[in-house]
Amino acid sequence: MSEHTVPADLSGHMLDLDEDEDLEVFSKSTSLADGSSMPNSPSSMVNQYRLEEDDEEQQNGNTKDIFITVDNPESHVTAIETFIMYRVLTKTTRSEFDSCEYEVHRRYQDFLWLRSKLEENYPTLIIHPLPEKFVMKGMVERFSNDFIETRRKALHRFLNKISEHPILSYNQHFKVFLTAQELAPHRKQSAGFLSRMGETVRAVANSVRGLSSRPEEFTLMQEYLENFSNKICSVNKVTQRVIKEQREYLDELKQYSPTYVQWAGLEGELAEPLKDVASCVERCSKETEEQIQHLSQVLLPILHEYVLCGETLKMQVEVDGLADRVEMANNALKGDWSHWQNSMRTDLKSAFISTAEKNVEYYEKCLAVWELFLLSQRVEPRKELDEEDVS
Amino acid sequence: MTLCACVLAHQTHQEEKMSEDGREELVGTDDDSENMAVDGSLNNTMVEEGCTLLGRMEICVAEAEKRSGKNAVNMQETFTVYLIETRPMDAVADGRNPAPDSLWRRYSEFELLRNYLIVTYPYIVVPPLPEKRAEFVWHKLSADNMDPDFVERRRVGLENFLLRVASHPVLSNDKILYHFLTEEQGWKEVVYETGFQAKADSWLRALSATFRVRNPDKRFMEMKQYSDELQSHASQLLRARAKVADRLYGVYKVHGNYGRVFSEWSAIEREMGDGLQSAGHHMDAYAASIDDILEEEEHYADQLKEYLFYAEALRAVCRKHELTQFELEMASQDLISKKQQREELATGIVRTFSFKGMTNKLFGQEAPEQREARLKLLEELIVEGEEAVKEKTVECEEHVERAWVDMQRFKEQKDKDLREALINFAVMQISMCKKGIQVWSNAKECFLKM
Repeated sequence: MSEHTVPADLSGHMLDLDEDEDLEVFSKSTSLADGSSMPNSPSSMVNQYRLEEDDEEQQNGNTKDIFITVDNPESHVTAIETFIMYRVLTKTTRSEFDSCEYEVHRRYQDFLWLRSKLEENYPTLIIHPLPEKFVMKGMVERFSNDFIETRRKALHRFLNKISEHPILSYNQHFKVFLTAQELAPHRKQSAGFLSRMGETVRAVANSVRGLSSRPEEFTLMQEYLENFSNKICSVNKVTQRVIKEQREYLDELKQYSPTYVQWAGLEGELAEPLKDVASCVERCSKETEEQIQHLSQVLLPILHEYVLCGETLKMQVEVDGLADRVEMANNALKGDWSHWQNSMRTDLKSAFISTAEKNVEYYEKCLAVWELFLLSQRVEPRKELDEEDVS
Repeated sequence: MTLCACVLAHQTHQEEKMSEDGREELVGTDDDSENMAVDGSLNNTMVEEGCTLLGRMEICVAEAEKRSGKNAVNMQETFTVYLIETRPMDAVADGRNPAPDSLWRRYSEFELLRNYLIVTYPYIVVPPLPEKRAEFVWHKLSADNMDPDFVERRRVGLENFLLRVASHPVLSNDKILYHFLTEEQGWKEVVYETGFQAKADSWLRALSATFRVRNPDKRFMEMKQYSDELQSHASQLLRARAKVADRLYGVYKVHGNYGRVFSEWSAIEREMGDGLQSAGHHMDAYAASIDDILEEEEHYADQLKEYLFYAEALRAVCRKHELTQFELEMASQDLISKKQQREELATGIVRTFSFKGMTNKLFGQEAPEQREARLKLLEELIVEGEEAVKEKTVECEEHVERAWVDMQRFKEQKDKDLREALINFAVMQISMCKKGIQVWSNAKECFLKM
């Protein structure tokens, strides 16, 4: 992601906002008024977008007319708290938007708000999860560079998922989120609301279960979700385990190469090959480090998101199975369901492919390192032979 | 019998090791330079075929078998015996293929042979045996002496030992060695009859004693220092390698879980099912591949271990020098003091303190007859002492001369062998990388079908 230092003009224009969310009131002043040019043209943004998403996403018949990136995390310190602000850049040709480019700054809370509004407005649709509020299992320090980067990518994916959704992307909260310089005036309800609502509904659901006959599709969906959730959790755990083992392997590798160097210090003719082996092992260590990084930053976050997806969906399906408007919910969810499944397949497929490619690359690089060593060793004996022939 | 074929290929070379064909070429090119490098008269292995035992006879440790029997304290025990096969070289060269002579030996007999060689040739860096117990293990399984992989590696190590000894310019001529290879019964008795055991005991005692040598040969002291450091660094390397192997094992095996989960997952998916399932198979293959990879790497570890153990043999040669030098210095010292005593007796001038001198002063001098007797005795002792010094000087010089030659030979062998080992290591790494590329490329193809 490019890190442009385009100053966002926050100080200037405060919005006059109507409490009625259905009314879309935006003044022209919300667009970038400072006249600085965006280094990226929409076409180069397409390329950027393609790095993180699969081509298939764009073949649903609609050509993409909105591009969103989340980047440039910056630390903000106030008297009360420290938090990170992310820059959200939007480029669009949609007519509902007054301008074709927007730059706003949002914090994690803002994303939570957006998602809860979407859940509220579309209880029957599948909405992509956000990265978690807190870090699990102490794998990464809060506000470490890795953590921020992982979160940034997840937030980026989240907004893009919304923008790809045929219904959600036209939601006015979404538009506000993307365009309003100040979000605070728009936020009325806290994020915790929906989770409390969800608990209540689920309690009712459990008490009423068995009385209503569920449509078979729902049962199947529930079964699938149960299994899917299970499996994706397992894959996630296995991946975490792989990362852990790789890290321990790397630690030992780092101890290993110095032993060759130490020995080399004793030797005469053997010193050079010993040192060469040491440097080969070192280079392979570096490649291992990169491999681990790739796993942590590409595969693991996607798996994690789908673990969250699975959990959220399971809950949703339970709720929906109860609704009086079963038929309507059924149809809306069904359509969204295939959209989600497709999206899931695409995301996971691309993450696995990327992992496999990275592993091939890893082995190819290590192979080159050792072949170079062999080359350097095999040359010498032939040289000796030539010299003897001459003498 | 492919092992004997390998032996045949290397029969003209000083260093015999089991290796893949690719190394033949490499070993061959160094041949001439080795002869040139060292004083030709002392490095005569390459000069003619049949010069060393190995030149005349093909040797191979073909098999290993488990036996049980009663041991020294009449307890039932299980042990492994190794089959040593020999064939005369000329028969093989002629194209005849006679059945080899063979006999069975156990590890303890190899140890006995080696102890005999160490004591009998203290100026030779005697090749080591493969380890008695598995050390630097990366996985619990291979710590078991009865483990078939361990037994197999030991068989290779024992063969290597025999090949090294039988191709050594000095050791290969030993009769006891020849009997070891050709006479199964009664060999132990023959060894003990040489009386080497007594020498071994005193040698062991001397080895562990601490004594101060005034003028050791500097080169030997440096060599001793080198052998200590070699032991230390080789151990560290082997320990680190074992840990790395252990971790690598963990990484590969964990991927096996992908295989299981993908398989289960594929059952609930329609479009993704096939891709997932087949990718899972490749993950299983990946996880399984590490066993062979690491087993092969054990051979590399064994090559390093041989030189770890060689370091001890080298050290022993240096210690022997210290011992002979020390004995020479003691003998010289003793001679000097006796000569001084004689001088004092003869001239009456006391240069050094002695109780006799004190008592003389206190109680008066002794009678002339007594003095004469004592002088005569001293003269005899001095003559003996001079003989002793002469002997010790010769012993010391001979040891230095012969040991230095062998240490040079050892150094060249070591440099060559270890370089080969490092190349081997690289070859193994390359093979592992190629397997990895294949597995993950295959997995990628499967993922593409998802």
